[in-house]
Amino acid sequence: MASVDTTTNAGQLLAAASGGRRRRGDRVFSRMAVVSAVTILALLAGVAIFLLAEGAPALTASASELPGGESFVDYVAPLAFGTMLAAVFAAVVAVPLAVAAALFITHVAPPRIALTLGYLVDMLAAIPSIIYALWGVFVLGPAAVPVMEWLEGHLGFIPLFAGPASVTGRTMFVAGLVLAVMILPIVSAVAREAFALTPRRLQEGAQALGATRWEMIRMTVLPFGRSSIISGAMLGLGRALGETMAVTIILSVSGAVTFNLIGQANPSTIAANIALNFPESSGLAINALIATGLVLFAITLVTNMGARAIIARQDRE
Amino acid sequence: MSSSRWLVVIAFAATLALGVAACGSSDSGGGGSSGEVSGEIAGAGSTAQQAAQEAWIAEFENENSGATISYDPVGSGGGREQFLAGGVAYAGSDAALSSEEDELEKAEKRCQPGELIEVPAYISPIAIIYNLPGVEGLQLDPETLAKIFNQEITSWNDQAIAADNPGAELPDTRITPVNRSDESGTTENFTEYLSEVVPSVWGYEVSGDWPVKGGEAASGTSGVVEAVSAGEGAIGYADASQAGELGVAKIKVGSEYAEPSAEAAAKVLEESPLDKELSPGKHTLAYKLDRKTEAEGTYPIVLTSYLIACTKYDSAEEAEAVKAYLEYVVSPEGQELAAEQAGSAPLSSALTQKVTPAIEAIEAG
Amino acid sequence: MESSAHSPVLAPAPSSRLAAGLGWRRRGVNTAMTVLIVGAFALAMIPLFSLIFEVAKRGIPGLSVEFFTEDARGVVGGGGAAHAIMGTLVITGVATVISVPIGIMAAIYLNEYGGDSRLRKALTFFVDVMTGIPSIVAGLFAYALFELFFGPGIRLGVMGSVALSLLMVPIVIRSAEEVLKIVPNHLREAAYALGTPKWKTIVKVVLPTAFAGLVTGVMIAIARIVGETAPLLVTTGVIDSMNTDPFNGRMQNLAVYAYNEYRSPGVMNQAAYDHAWAAALTLIAIVLLLNVAARLVYRRYKTEIR
Repeated sequence: MASVDTTTNAGQLLAAASGGRRRRGDRVFSRMAVVSAVTILALLAGVAIFLLAEGAPALTASASELPGGESFVDYVAPLAFGTMLAAVFAAVVAVPLAVAAALFITHVAPPRIALTLGYLVDMLAAIPSIIYALWGVFVLGPAAVPVMEWLEGHLGFIPLFAGPASVTGRTMFVAGLVLAVMILPIVSAVAREAFALTPRRLQEGAQALGATRWEMIRMTVLPFGRSSIISGAMLGLGRALGETMAVTIILSVSGAVTFNLIGQANPSTIAANIALNFPESSGLAINALIATGLVLFAITLVTNMGARAIIARQDRE
Repeated sequence: MSSSRWLVVIAFAATLALGVAACGSSDSGGGGSSGEVSGEIAGAGSTAQQAAQEAWIAEFENENSGATISYDPVGSGGGREQFLAGGVAYAGSDAALSSEEDELEKAEKRCQPGELIEVPAYISPIAIIYNLPGVEGLQLDPETLAKIFNQEITSWNDQAIAADNPGAELPDTRITPVNRSDESGTTENFTEYLSEVVPSVWGYEVSGDWPVKGGEAASGTSGVVEAVSAGEGAIGYADASQAGELGVAKIKVGSEYAEPSAEAAAKVLEESPLDKELSPGKHTLAYKLDRKTEAEGTYPIVLTSYLIACTKYDSAEEAEAVKAYLEYVVSPEGQELAAEQAGSAPLSSALTQKVTPAIEAIEAG
Repeated sequence: MESSAHSPVLAPAPSSRLAAGLGWRRRGVNTAMTVLIVGAFALAMIPLFSLIFEVAKRGIPGLSVEFFTEDARGVVGGGGAAHAIMGTLVITGVATVISVPIGIMAAIYLNEYGGDSRLRKALTFFVDVMTGIPSIVAGLFAYALFELFFGPGIRLGVMGSVALSLLMVPIVIRSAEEVLKIVPNHLREAAYALGTPKWKTIVKVVLPTAFAGLVTGVMIAIARIVGETAPLLVTTGVIDSMNTDPFNGRMQNLAVYAYNEYRSPGVMNQAAYDHAWAAALTLIAIVLLLNVAARLVYRRYKTEIR
């Protein structure tokens, strides 16, 4: 933290030497900074209040009034399941890939082209989500059909690949992969920063002891960057939890709550469900959709709290 | 520093370019010559009508350079909500205003001191599209159709399908039924047809949400067409104008197998009675489609989309613009344009005669 | 979050040392892991090239001079996308103007003034939560906000910008905070030692040092929002005429334009699909141009941190 540290000599000098005008400048500026921080929290509080206010009628309504005739909990549970399934699958695929890509850029590739390679990975973040969505439907989906059929044939005993494989490729498997590609640059950028800052001495020390490059990475770089990897993963997870367009367009949503990733029947995600149903909804149905948005908000909150707890425990070790 | 000067030059050039582009293209100008309408009005609603509305707006703006019309395809539900709240001048809706949640009453209140106008303006046949190489001219009767879509029939060489298609070679490919994942008027109309014609097989409630779980679901008409094209053995339902190269099934009506055509679709509406409950006012024409019709030359799987407006508006300019625009929409030229651009069925002359007076009731000028 | 420093390439141990101390097993593991790492990177690159190739292949047929210079007013089933291009630039520009100052000031608060206060802890935590807001919820919120003041049915370009800022701000804050953290303390302390007040230190020392990284963060945030459709559908509306005033009336933009052309193409659907892909290609081009501009800025202003 880079605040004025009045325990140092420099800090004390500043505190002593500041004239009246300077103190005013500091006050104005620091106030602006505080105001910005408070404004953002206020905005977020506004969003939460909005979700609560608009969602409340649906939360308190009886099952018969709600669309689909089921209680709100029954309505939102499959959506929450689908949201978590898609996001976790995406994270499980993206995080190892992102870490490996970051390692490649910082430790394996020749340093002259490392910066350019970094730009390339960052470019994945530059592609708008609707384009990912269309690419998923037109390119990745059809290409994945033979892969999914292979998975069904050889690994069909695992519930994840129980099949029967969809003929169009518009499955949780493909949607999850697209989400993974979308969050990969986020995780990779954060990991890259950490890996690049691993103290030289640690790495040189490992090498001096005769470690191979991989052993050095495993002993010094990865542990050093562990909390950054986790925070990058959490950022990516947050992105995946809230992604709307890609899931809306790619996923074949037919209400089944299942771990089967390659079938044609998939649970929807909260964000996609809002996008799919909002246009035609009116009245209480809209309140129900916004209430699901509130649930997503809560899920993101809990996920982040969990991540913070993990990182805090790491720091303490 | 030369680099910062560079940046300034780039910024300046960009601003210049933007400015030129902004001034260079056409923009909504002032009033036109006499007879032309000017002003800005906004509508919102059904995405089924979107392509047609785009064409209508473009042509209308051509002839009335001072007018700017817009249509937000936020969906029928959104359109009705906006209309009720007074946010748009007219709405496009795949379903007539319902008596549930007092929608109809609220609309009448919105239009006071004027009256509510509700007329069909867009009719479109819903085609049953399928992807089965080697099988052309598939024929299906309503019962088989229902069983396919509720997943009772799972293979293409099933007895029931063979019975409708004597002489055709049907492979034993798995049937993949494709439906809409988003709530849609197309789904509502298709399920209404199934539940009225074969209620013993199709016992689900009619709604814009597809009731059967486990099928392949796609978002939007384009999504369904895309999904059917991508999967061998897939069958789905979508606006007929988007069928493209895909096979279109003929559905049994009475004793004949009918193709989805504009004329056949329009004929159904012609033969259908008014829904008295939903048409309380002088200018509200909500129809109860007769899906069970067995008349020759009809195709009962159709989507009817309505235009909702008021006879009085706050400003005279708004009323004039709405009246002129809606007059164009329901006119034979307008309907022809929609048929050309969006693939809809033009209103028959009998219907036009009923619809036009309702629009003429708008008090303007 | 640009990596300004590449980890120094440590000289590979001379083979004699390897041969002497290592068994073939450890060497094998090392090679295997290296192959995996290289393979993972290649795997991550495949989607990038596939994406750009596919969009270019399908989008180029839709490009034309008309596409860039004409709007769609009065042209049945055709016309250009100039109104959409201008709309994207205006809406994104306004969103950037809203989110960047407030985001960077908040990051400055977090890093320079926050200390151990509760406000700082709360803000850090909730910024992460903000990254998870679904884009459509941001749009609905912006609409509800403006509806409070302007009544129902209001559609303005600036509403879209507000919705997009909600999505941009957490990214700006996060990346700015990371970059400000990297600026070493001794620079600040040197300034204090010379008697510079804190705010001047931040403005004249810290920010310029971090400038390049800040620009990169802003670019990432812009890339995030430039392709959003859902929030804009409910805030900016749809229109086929050119409108560059964000405070007056509906505004079209490339993402919504592409989405609409794809979703309701009408009878001549190939032309509409061409338009959709061409708009997608233009979107990517805009983002890439911005990225290139950011790299140029970065390279000019990158300060070596010893």
